[in-house]
Amino acid sequence: MGKRLMKGNEAAVHGALMGGCTHFFGYPITPASEIAQAAAFYFTSAGRVFMQAESEVSVINMLYGAASAGARVMTASSGPGIALMGEGLSYLAGARLPSVVIDMQRAGPGLGNIWPEQSDYNMVIKGGGHGNYSNLVLAPSSAQEMFDFTRKAFTLADQYRMTVFILSDAYIGQMMEPVEISGPVLHGTRKDWAVYGDAASRPNLISSIYMNPPLQRKHNELLQDLYRQLEREQVDYQDIQTEDADLVFIAYGISARICLSTVHALREKGVKVGLMRPKTLFPFPKERIRELAEQGKTLAVVELSSGMMADDVELHVRGRTTVLRYLTMGGETPTVQELIANVERDLMVRSGGLSNV
Amino acid sequence: MSERTEVRFSKAKAFYDTFERKGSGDKVTHYCPGCGHGTIQKLIADCIDELEIQDKTVFLSPVGCSVFSYYYYDTGNIQCSHGRAPAVATGVRRTLPEAVIISYQGDGDLAGIGMTEIVHAANRGENITVIFVNNAIYGMTGGQMAPTTPMGQKTPTSPFGREVLRDGRPMGMAELIASLSAPVYVERCSVATAKDVLKARKVILKSLQNQVDKLGFSFIEILSPCPTNWGMDPVESRVWMQEQLAVLFPLGVYKDVTTHLVAVDPGKFHSPMDDDKLRELLRGASEVPVQRSSPLPHTQLIKVAGFGGQGVLSAGELLATCGMSEGIQVSWLPSYGPEMRGGSANVSVILSEDDIGSPLVDHPNVFIAMNGPSLDAFEDAVAPGGLILVNSAIVTRKVSRTDVRVVYIPATELARQEGLLSAANVVMVTAYLYITKAFSIETLRRCIPLVLRKKAYLNQNLALVEKVLDHCVRTAGSAGSDESDGSAGSENG
Ligand SMILES: Cc1ncc(C[n+]2csc(CCOP(=O)(O)OP(=O)(O)O)c2C)c(N)n1
Ligand code: SF4
Repeated sequence: MGKRLMKGNEAAVHGALMGGCTHFFGYPITPASEIAQAAAFYFTSAGRVFMQAESEVSVINMLYGAASAGARVMTASSGPGIALMGEGLSYLAGARLPSVVIDMQRAGPGLGNIWPEQSDYNMVIKGGGHGNYSNLVLAPSSAQEMFDFTRKAFTLADQYRMTVFILSDAYIGQMMEPVEISGPVLHGTRKDWAVYGDAASRPNLISSIYMNPPLQRKHNELLQDLYRQLEREQVDYQDIQTEDADLVFIAYGISARICLSTVHALREKGVKVGLMRPKTLFPFPKERIRELAEQGKTLAVVELSSGMMADDVELHVRGRTTVLRYLTMGGETPTVQELIANVERDLMVRSGGLSNV
Repeated sequence: MSERTEVRFSKAKAFYDTFERKGSGDKVTHYCPGCGHGTIQKLIADCIDELEIQDKTVFLSPVGCSVFSYYYYDTGNIQCSHGRAPAVATGVRRTLPEAVIISYQGDGDLAGIGMTEIVHAANRGENITVIFVNNAIYGMTGGQMAPTTPMGQKTPTSPFGREVLRDGRPMGMAELIASLSAPVYVERCSVATAKDVLKARKVILKSLQNQVDKLGFSFIEILSPCPTNWGMDPVESRVWMQEQLAVLFPLGVYKDVTTHLVAVDPGKFHSPMDDDKLRELLRGASEVPVQRSSPLPHTQLIKVAGFGGQGVLSAGELLATCGMSEGIQVSWLPSYGPEMRGGSANVSVILSEDDIGSPLVDHPNVFIAMNGPSLDAFEDAVAPGGLILVNSAIVTRKVSRTDVRVVYIPATELARQEGLLSAANVVMVTAYLYITKAFSIETLRRCIPLVLRKKAYLNQNLALVEKVLDHCVRTAGSAGSDESDGSAGSENG
C-alpha cells in the first residue's frame, strides 16, 4: 500500500486493525477521543467490536472480560481516564491478561488542560495501579510509529501475557503525517489459558488471587522474572548523532521531535549534540544510558513533566556524568530556540569550569 | 431444616467433586454454617446441570464472600474486581456469543461500588444472568452497612443504627432495574424457607433459560441470610428475613416480558471482514500518488490562521498533501480544543526535503492570514525575510512589518465570484504556490480532489485555481505599485 496522510490517532486505529485487535472499548476524553471515533467507524465497518462504555472503570473491566475470553482488546484514553483504570490495570497484570492501552497524555493535575504533557510517565511506567507489576510501554514519536507500535502491541501483549501501553501525547496524536499501512494483517490465535465457554477451556480460571502468601510471593517473583526477560528482549531506542556528541538529549514523543530539530540547528552551528530517543520506556534503555554516561557525555533530559523520566535517567547514570533537566509543564512545549539557548548556556558553563550545572 | 437436606444430598455435576482449588481433597465450602450463599450456589449448579450448559457456562465471581466461587464451579471461571462483574460480563458477551454468562454479586458489590456497571449492563440489555445476593450487609469485610441495610440497623459502620439523614434509605435493586426498558426478566426471591428455596430454583432456572434462548438481560435478586454478621443463629436469621427483610424488599416478579420476545441476534457484532477487504477499507480514497516536479527551494515553515469555518485546517491539509504527492517530508499540526469552537483556528505545516523534527512552527517563513485577528496574533512571529499572504477581502489593515514580503489577495471575494462561499483557503494556497513556486500548479490540481470533502464542488474549485492564477498574473505587474487599495497581488517590503 502507498502512503496516506493521517493523524497519529487515526494511524493507531489502522495499526490496531492490522494487528488483529477485535475489540475496542472506549470512553470520550480529549485528546484521545479521535481514536475512539476512528475505532467506532473502522471497527464497526470491519465487522469487529466497538463499544462506548459508561466510564473508564467499565472500559478496563470490559477489556478484562474480552481478554479473558481470548480476544485481542484495546482502549485509548488520557490522564484522568487512565487514572480511573488503575485498579483494572492491576487486575489485568495479576491475572496475566494481554491488552493494549493508548494514553494520549494531557496536562494535569486534576482536569488540567488538553494540551500535551508527559506527566503520566510515573503512573504508566510504574504500573498505574496497586501491587508489584509493570506494563510494557512503547513511546511513538510520529504518526507512522503510532501505526507501527499499535500494530505490534497485540503480538507483544499475547506473547508476554501483559498490558502493552502506547504512551503518546496530544501532539503526536493530532499531527498528520504520511503513514504507510504496511505488513500483513495479523490475527490472534487460540490461547490455552483463556475461557471460551467450551469443553476444552472449562478447567480454565482467570484470577489474580493467591490466598496463600507463599504462592502470592511466587506469582510476584514470576512477574518480576517476566519484566527482567523484557529487559533482555525488548529494549528499543534510536540514536541520532550521539557518536561524537558532547551533549546527548534524552527525550521521547513530541519532546524527541523538538530535540531532533534542535540537534539539526545546533549541529549547523558546530555544536556537537545528539539525541537518544527511547522507543520503549519499560523496559528502559538503561544500558545505553550507562554507556553514554561512561563516555562522559553530558545528558540533557527534555520532557514535559516535573522530571519523571529524568529521575530514571539519573538512577542509571549513578552520578557518572551531568544530567541536565530541560522541563516544561502545563501544556506548553519548549521552542527549539529555547533549547538552543539552554544548551549554549550550559555547555558554556561546563567548559568554563564551573562544576555545578 | 428441610431445604438444606434437599440440596445437600444431590451433588451437582457443575460442582467439582472435591474442591482442589480450596485445598487438597476438600469437600466443604468456605461459607459459614447457615449462610445463604451455599444454598444459592447449589441451586445454580443444579440448574446448570438441568439445562446441560456446563461446558458453555462462564461463571463470574465478584469480590465479597462468594469471591471463591471458582473453588466449586466446574465451569469456565473469571474472578472480577469489586462491583465490575457486569462490565466484565459485557466484555465476555461481546466475545463469546454462545457462552452462558452468570454474574454472581453481593449487595455491596452490586448496589454499592458497582451501581454504574449494573445499571448500564441492564440498560444495554446484555444477554446475561445476574444473580444478586442481598444479605443487607457487607459480609466479607465484617458486616458493615450496605446500600440495602434496613433503617436503624446496627453494623460496625453504623454503630448507632442506620440513620436516614446520614445514610439515606435502603435501595430496592429489583425495583430499580425493573424500571429500565431493556431488562426482560426481574424477580426477587428468598432462601428463608424451604418453599422459598424451591421457588428460587425455578426463578434461577428461568433466568438461565432466558439467556440460552438469547432473550436478553435477566436480574434475580435473592434475599439471603448472613447469620455470622447479623449476630443470629441460622434459625433466627430466617425468621428475621421473613419478618423484616421481605417486608422491606417484597418478593415477586418485577418485570417479565419474556413471553413475547424473540431471540436477539448476537451475530451482528461478530462478522469480521477477511484480510483483503480490510486492506481495501484501510486504503481508503485518499492514498496519495507520488510524482516529483521540482526540488523545494528551502524548508517551508507554514502557518495558516483564521476563523473556524474558513477552511484553515483544510488549507494545511491541501499543502501537506501536495508535499506528499511531491514525495517530500510533511507534517501538519492543528490548533485544537475549545479555542476551535467558533473562535480562531490555526495550523502549522512543514514541507521539507529532510526528516522533520518538531512539527511546531514558532517562527513561520510563510504565514497565511485569513482574517484580522490572526494577522494581529502572528505577524510578529514571522521570520525576517518571510512571506505574509493576507486575505485582503477581510483584513482591512496593512502589515506593519517591513522586513518581510507581503502579498494581498482578496481571497474571500475571488472565491465568492466563483460561487464558492468557503474556498478562500484554495485561493490562498494557489497564490502561495504561484508566488513561491514551491510545487507546480499541476500538483495542486492533482491534490485538490484528494482533500476536497464535497466532491460536487470539484470543478468549481479547479476553475477557481485558474481564476486565481489569472488574477496573480494580471496584478503581478502592479506589484508594489499600489498598496493602498489592498488589491490582489500587491506587495510591499
Ligand atoms: C475496590 C475495593 N474496595 C473495597 C474492597 C473490600 N471489600 C471486599 S469484599 C467487600 C464487601 C462485599 O460485600 P457484598 O458485596 O455485600 O458481599 P458479601 O460479602 O456480603 O457476600 C469489600 C468492601 C475491595 N476488595 N476492593
Ligand atoms: S460472613 Fe455472612 S455472607 Fe459471608 S460466608 Fe459468612 S454467613 Fe455467608
